[in-house]
This record gives sequence, C-alpha cells and structure tokens, in this order.
Amino acid sequence: MTASRTETTMLPQPQVDLLPKEGVVAVEHGVDGHTVLTVEREHLLDVLKSLKETPGLDCNLLADICGVDYPERDARFDVVYHLGSLEHGHRFRVKVPVTEDDATVPSAYGLWKAADWFEREAYDMFGIRFDGHPNLKRILTHEAFHGHALRKDYDPSQRWLLTEENLMTPKWSTGEQKNDDHLDTQVLNLGPSHPATHGTLRTVARLDGEYITEAECEIGYLHRCFEKMSETHGWEQVIPYTDRLNYCSSMINGVGYALTVENLLGVEVPPRAQVVRVILSEFSRIMDHAVCLGANLVDLGALTNFWYFFQIREEIYGLLESCAGGRLTVSYARIGGLAHDVPLDFEEHVRSLLARIPKFIDDVDKLVTTNKIFRDRTEDVGTISGEEALAWGWTGPCLRASGIPYDVRKAYPYSGYEQYDFDVPVASTGDTYARYLVRMEEMRQSLRIIEQAIDNLPPGPVITDDHHVALPPKEKVYTEMESLIWHFKLIFDGIKVPAGEAYGFTEGANGELGYYIVSDGTGHPYRIKVRPPCFAIYQAFPHMLEGSLVPDAIAILGSLNIIAGELDR
Amino acid sequence: MKDVSTVNVDRGRIPLSEQIYLGPIVRGLTVTLRHFMRNLFGHKDVATIEYPEVKRQYSERLRGRHILTTRDDGSLRCVACYMCATACPAQCIRIVAEENPDAPVSAEKRPKVYEIDLLHCVFCGFCVDACPEEAIIMSRQHEMAFSSRAEAIVGIDELRQKGPIDQEDLGYRPYF
Ligand code: SF4
Ligand code: SF4
Repeated sequence: MTASRTETTMLPQPQVDLLPKEGVVAVEHGVDGHTVLTVEREHLLDVLKSLKETPGLDCNLLADICGVDYPERDARFDVVYHLGSLEHGHRFRVKVPVTEDDATVPSAYGLWKAADWFEREAYDMFGIRFDGHPNLKRILTHEAFHGHALRKDYDPSQRWLLTEENLMTPKWSTGEQKNDDHLDTQVLNLGPSHPATHGTLRTVARLDGEYITEAECEIGYLHRCFEKMSETHGWEQVIPYTDRLNYCSSMINGVGYALTVENLLGVEVPPRAQVVRVILSEFSRIMDHAVCLGANLVDLGALTNFWYFFQIREEIYGLLESCAGGRLTVSYARIGGLAHDVPLDFEEHVRSLLARIPKFIDDVDKLVTTNKIFRDRTEDVGTISGEEALAWGWTGPCLRASGIPYDVRKAYPYSGYEQYDFDVPVASTGDTYARYLVRMEEMRQSLRIIEQAIDNLPPGPVITDDHHVALPPKEKVYTEMESLIWHFKLIFDGIKVPAGEAYGFTEGANGELGYYIVSDGTGHPYRIKVRPPCFAIYQAFPHMLEGSLVPDAIAILGSLNIIAGELDR
Repeated sequence: MKDVSTVNVDRGRIPLSEQIYLGPIVRGLTVTLRHFMRNLFGHKDVATIEYPEVKRQYSERLRGRHILTTRDDGSLRCVACYMCATACPAQCIRIVAEENPDAPVSAEKRPKVYEIDLLHCVFCGFCVDACPEEAIIMSRQHEMAFSSRAEAIVGIDELRQKGPIDQEDLGYRPYF
C-alpha cells in the first residue's frame, strides 16, 4: 500500500524488436512509462500505421493528439500523439517536430477516426495543418477568431467578436434540398441553449420528416482557455481550474491532475490520502452517473427518477462539503495528498451514505429497468459497435456498454485500486439502454469499492511531508522559523516541477481522463493538455444521428453524458 | 487485454411478463406511492429545503466570504506580507502595505488597502492556506448580491471581523 503513481509508471512495455525503425529519430522511455518515439514527418503515417497494425503492438486506442509550442526551436512545434493498446497495455507517445513555415502533418483520420476532432483542436490552437483531414476547421474558437490561442506568442487579452455572418454553417445546410419524394427537407438547430442539451452544445441537423439525414456539431461555447490559463499559474493553482472541467465529478479531475504532477515530481502520497481520494472519487462517480441518468430519464419523460437521483447527489455533496468546504468545486486534492484531513465524523458519514444510496438506486431500478416503454424507447437507439466506439476514441461507460471492458482502474491501477475487489460492468448491445444499464451497475460497484476502502482507512498524514511540494502544517508555521521559511518559499516560488513531461490518466466518470503535462523546470506548467473523455465520445455523435429520429437524438445525447465544462475546457 | 473481472449487465429480450406492461407499471407505482405516503404521513425524507425560510446547515469548512481577523486591541492581524495575494489563483486580492507605527516589532507592516474582488474570487481557500498569521479566514456567508461590479470589490471595512471571533459565522480556516 505504498506505491501510488509508481504503479502506473510501470506500464507494460512493448517488445522492442517490433518497434518501427524507419523515420524514428529517437526512442526514449518516459517517466510515465510511455515509450516515446520521435518521428520524422515524412514517415509519420507509416510509423503510426505499424504501431496500429503490427501484431504485438496493436495500438487500437488513439487517446489524444495535441500540439506543443517551443518558439525558440527551429522546428517550432511538436505534434504529440498518445496511443495505447488495450490488448497489451503498452502506451506510446509519438512526437513529430515541424517548423512554423511548414506546420503540416498528414492526418491520422484514416487510421483512427478519433483523430477527427483532436486534429481540429491542434489546428485551432496552434495552426498546425493536417493533410487529408475531411473537415479541418476551428473547433473550440469561432471562425472570427484570429491567431492560434495556445501559441506562446498569442496575447490572451485580445477579444474577437463573433457576428452572425460568421456562425458555423455546414456546407450542406445552405440552399434547398429535396428528398427522394421531391419534398423539402429542413435544417434544424438543436441547441446551443436547449433544455435537452444540458449545456451549451449546438447540433445542426437536416431533417427529412422526422428523420435526421445529416448532422454537424458545434462546440466551444464554454471554452474558458483552461490550458492557456494554466500556463500563467503555478502548478498548485491549477487545481481550482480542474474543478471546472467535469463539474459533475470535480474530485476526480483534481485527483487525476495531482497524480500526474506527482508522477513527474516523484513524490509519494500517504496511504490515508490515497484511500480518501478513492472514496471521494467513487462517490463523485456515483453522483456523475446519477446526474447523467437522471437527466437522460427526464429527457425521456421520466421525471421522478431525477428526484431520487438528485437526493443521492445532494447527500453526497454534503459529505464533500464537510471534507473540502465546497460542494461543486471542491478543490480538495493537492499535489502530494489532500488539503487537510477528513472531519472526525467522516467514517460515520460515509457509512450512513452507504446505507442510504442503494435504496434510491433500487427505486430507479424498479421504476425504469424493466419498464417496456423505457426499453422500447432506448433499445436499438444510438447503437455503436465496440470496434467503432474504440475507433472514435471512446472510453469509459459508453465503451463498456459496447462490450469492451476497458477501465483504467483495472488496466492501470492507481491510488491502490488494485486492492479493491470490484467488477467492470459490460454490456454487449452498445445502445442507449446498455449505457443506462452499465451506469446503474457502476454505481453499485463504486459502492462496493467505498465499502472496502472505508473498512481499511489507515491513520496517518494526508499529505506528503516533502516541503518542496506541500505546505508545512499550520501549527508549525506559526511556531517554527524553519517551517515558516518553507511556507514562505513555497508560496512565493511555487512547486518546482523538474523539467520533463508525463501523460497521466485516470478513470473519470466518462472514461479516460488524461493530462499531458510538460514542465520546463520553472514554477509554471509549460503546457497542460487535458484529454477529456467526452470530447472523443461527442465527435461520434453527429454520425450516430444520421438515420435516427429527432427524439432519439435527445435520448442518445443524454446517454453519452457530454459535460460542456470538460468538452470545451 | 489483461483479464479483468467483469459483470455482464445485458438483459436479453423482454420477457413475456414484461411485455404486458402491467407488472413493471404496478411495481413502479408502488415505489412512487411508497415515497408519497411516507412523505405525507411518516418520516419526511425529502432533500429539498424551503429556502430562504429554511437554510441548510453547512459544515465549519464551508468556504464563504472572507473575514480579516483582528487582535485583541482591534487592529488587523494582517502584516501585509502578500502571501495570500500570491497564492490566489484568481488574482483578486489587492494589497497596499504601509508601515505600522504602533507595532511591537519595528518595521512591521500593515495593509493600507486590502481588497478582494468577490466577483473574481473562486472561493478556493488558497489565501487562507497561504496566510502565516491566521489573518484571513472564511465565513459561511455565501449569499452575496451586488448591484454593480465596483460594489463587489470589498475592502478592509467590509471584511474586518465585526465582534468577538466566536460570534462570527465561522467557515473555512486552519484546523477545521
Ligand atoms: S478564496 Fe481563492 S480566489 Fe478567493 S481570494 Fe482567496 S485565494 Fe483568491
Ligand atoms: S492576510 Fe495573511 S497572507 Fe495576506 S497579506 Fe495579510 S498576513 Fe499576509
């Protein structure tokens, strides 16, 4: 029960002789357990292809694509790919340096559909062009935006006004169109502000009667430049920002971020902090699923369930608030542990919740699961096969509903998840109903984890005593000169994370939540890239809509649990 | 893939007993009826609160509006060391320091201006963690409304502790 991140840094390693050679300039072993390949642009596609298709490598998951800007280098940008194999467990980071004048790389869309939006984001933020991308345009910012926001020389105080003529309009949505019966089709905007979108998401759809024939999504309405802003803050100061990613389960985001930085720092988290992190993360997962299901059911006309689920959520918020002092934005995790110990009645409080929550889940279960109206409404709606879901970069409950049992907590245990006995719920049908069933069961499994964790809550400190990382305890600061100096130094200089980079990933409520962090050794992050699980999931949404009914679009959207906070960052 | 213990949640085809709506509907109605009866006659189990008549009892860790604590003689404990302003992720604390003429230690400072922009503040409590003097703590006061942005920038007078410390509605502070 000691190792926290070191567990994950011992990721399975690929067989060295299988690695592609041509065009690979350097092979390194990252502190985060990734095999890091630096590749020449001319050979990028071949390398990616062999990583994906060589038996024994089988990288079927493209987790993330992003850019990093190094203005003082000749080849100014790195395009960074994060790949993984669900079968073998090994992970790759592929880096391609490109110059500013010729910032073009071939698109990986042909290999993984997941590249679609990730490449658009890298284009939007850095101006890197992806040759052969089907629809390369801005994604998080709007068409009237000038410059590329994550370049180091972009001045964030600039403002760009979007006027109506610059609104995103898909090519197919202008002009008349007739269907086969020579009747007019019409273009409908779903959202951005619509009760059923639960956030600011806009989908433009072409309707042929009740059927959607074409659709395109526009996102970015909630873009708050999380990544740009973290570059101007200290490492610790990023934590309140992470609360605002997936705000339905803010605890998980903070823990994921802290784990990644801890990995780069090489600090150990005390056992007690690990267990508390697990307990509160699992409660957050329950809340997140409860909100997702509750809202999804309301959209389908089943209001009562929403109340039962929201009661759970209210009560869990009470627990989080008694620990952290905040309900929605908890800011409880710290690099190296937790902000402070849990309150005295924590154990009692957790146990009373454990006793209460199952009742509400059972109530919803009785109301909905076997209800034929609900089943008719959700079965065979928004069906996606496991293979296809993976190609789009899906992870989390949505992927498991399509039959692939990938769960970061099992595949790459962190914070001691390996000691807990729990099962990964999977379903095979991949439809909206399956996603409902998986989430219901996941809540029960989370309760199982919490039960085991609370029985084994070890005593001891909740934050590392390394004062390069964590503030010394307050009573020492008040009384001891040395502690006061540590305190002073840490506040004014911030945590000095050694130069390097790491990709840390945890199981967020929606799937693999990744943080790719680059440090240059100063007190500020050089680059933080978040891999939000629902970004990958949502890019498949317009494609899932084609051929479905308008009311089904609402059912599908709700079951994907798209949280605009983490989608747009 | 590593062998993981999975549980299959597939439910297969709708069995005949569920084809005819009746069973599940009756079961569902029992659930709602049970909730209804209990909330009407028995022990009420409702999460909603009739705010603002009834208010939720928050823990003593709630991060609400700040308090600048004072010493026994009524002077601010703050020594204008700027640590809170440095730690603040929202950069919403503005301090102007001045020499404290009646300080026990010479060259001690005190704030001439201490302002927090409550509309920028994200109530993270980092300022409380950063303060080496316990000079800034938080209350449970979370209902704030302003009629202008300027009004949301509160200074020493608004933030200063009003009476004895135990009569404040204390929220997040060291040790709690
Ligand atoms: S609570 Fe956070 S945001 Fe508000 S003043 Fe303190 S440090 Fe700044
Ligand atoms: S409130 Fe505390 S941290 Fe802030 S300036 Fe005063 S003494 Fe320093």
